[in-house]
Amino acid sequence: MSTDLIDIHAPAIEVRRLVKSFGDNEVLKGIDLTVQAGEVVCVIGPSGSGKSTLLRSVNLLEEPTGGNIFVEGIDITDPDIDIDRVRTRIGMVFQSFNLFPHMNVLDNLTMAQRRVLKRSKAEAEKVAHAMLGRVGLSEKADAYPGHLSGGQQQRVAIARALCMNPDMMLFDEPTSALDPELVGEVLQVMRSLADEGMTMLVVTHEMGFAREVASRAIFMDGGVIVEEGDPNDVLVNPQNPRTQDFLARVL
Amino acid sequence: MKRRTRQRLYRVVMYAIFVALVAWAIISTDWARFAKQFLDPAVAVKLFPDIITTALVNTLWFTLVGFVGGAVLGILFAMMKMSSILPYRWFATAWIELFRGLPALLTIFAVAFMLPIGLGIKIPGGPAASGLVGLILVSSAYMAEVIRAGIQAVPKGQIEASRSLGMSPMKTMFWVTLPQGFRIIIPPLTNEFVLLLKDTSLVFIAGSTLMTRELTTFARDLANQNANGTPLVMAALLYLVVTIPLTRLAAWLERRMARER
Repeated sequence: MSTDLIDIHAPAIEVRRLVKSFGDNEVLKGIDLTVQAGEVVCVIGPSGSGKSTLLRSVNLLEEPTGGNIFVEGIDITDPDIDIDRVRTRIGMVFQSFNLFPHMNVLDNLTMAQRRVLKRSKAEAEKVAHAMLGRVGLSEKADAYPGHLSGGQQQRVAIARALCMNPDMMLFDEPTSALDPELVGEVLQVMRSLADEGMTMLVVTHEMGFAREVASRAIFMDGGVIVEEGDPNDVLVNPQNPRTQDFLARVL
Repeated sequence: MKRRTRQRLYRVVMYAIFVALVAWAIISTDWARFAKQFLDPAVAVKLFPDIITTALVNTLWFTLVGFVGGAVLGILFAMMKMSSILPYRWFATAWIELFRGLPALLTIFAVAFMLPIGLGIKIPGGPAASGLVGLILVSSAYMAEVIRAGIQAVPKGQIEASRSLGMSPMKTMFWVTLPQGFRIIIPPLTNEFVLLLKDTSLVFIAGSTLMTRELTTFARDLANQNANGTPLVMAALLYLVVTIPLTRLAAWLERRMARER
């Protein structure tokens, strides 16, 4: 299958002329975006700007209306591609955590390892415990998601994605559903991931995180990328009036 | 009079009326006659062991076959009704509307007599088998709707999370959607089981032999033979012996699974 032909020199993510419409509503109006391996790219913008749709298109949770998306050189908009195999290399973290409520934390972390990667139970559990340790929740392996705080649930969700040993991680407003005092623990985990060289595409409203951690910031509005560059330029000295207006309202 | 006093007086009057009615019912009933007609030990003894070994066993068997058969077909029709392929949806919708809309008695009658006479299709295995096929058709229609509702009640984010981990649609359905959907439909599924248990009393319309009589038919026959209502009361008690623990079990299961969430 063509998914075996990974081009290691290709960018982690390359989006070309991406268009997405929901009925008559054109949400993405021709997006071009390249994320190199090891980059941390933060996407900011007002709600309805299309930033979540862009992120969700990268692992085909949204089917593009037009354009192409390459993940490690593979065009995932090609209908013949085995999307399940590509998705194992892309970790995804959702705003609402989406842990499986009928399984305990350990089973949440081992299910896809065993059913998709065909790892043995022992091996999957070893990886799961290692990843739980990484997000600081080793003692919660037997807990059910409903018994964890929002911050803990999101850290488990990050660990669940990491268990698949992905090459890159997508974060869709990972702290937006959290109480303010729980935001820090999740950002801390994300920061350490970035420090270890993980390729990350992050949709966020956390300006502080974007400024400190991102290698690049992107401002989206009305389905287009309005401004992009070094986070200290885009977020501190924006050139475009729409960026300036947005930052003036949020900061 | 204060409102509190008035309310209290009202409640006392209501209790008094209730107690008076119950007392009147107890006093005015001819208990000796009632016991002779409905609680005659001499008749009750004659029911054993057949009321258990044949009648109750048949009732439970019919229910189980109807439930499992209905569940298998129900899953199939639930999937078809949610399918993106239009003819599948039409077929499933027509099936569900037809067998949910007809009385179970009529459906069983149709399978047992209209099919062989009108179309030359005869269900092998005798009249009880025809009755059971009818029962399965009826329960499949109800189960399809219950199962579909359960699957659709699982949040979309659950499916997206599973797919984002590389799980295929089939694996997602089996490991994520169905287990959660099943927890949601335990109460309506229990309801369906109890309804089915009672509907087994309709299988007789397809015809019955001594060996295929279930509780109601058995009790009716023996009530007629003895010119006494005791067999009917015994059958009623046996139905409750099955259904009440069952609904208690389902309630317990529901509570236990709610704790896991």
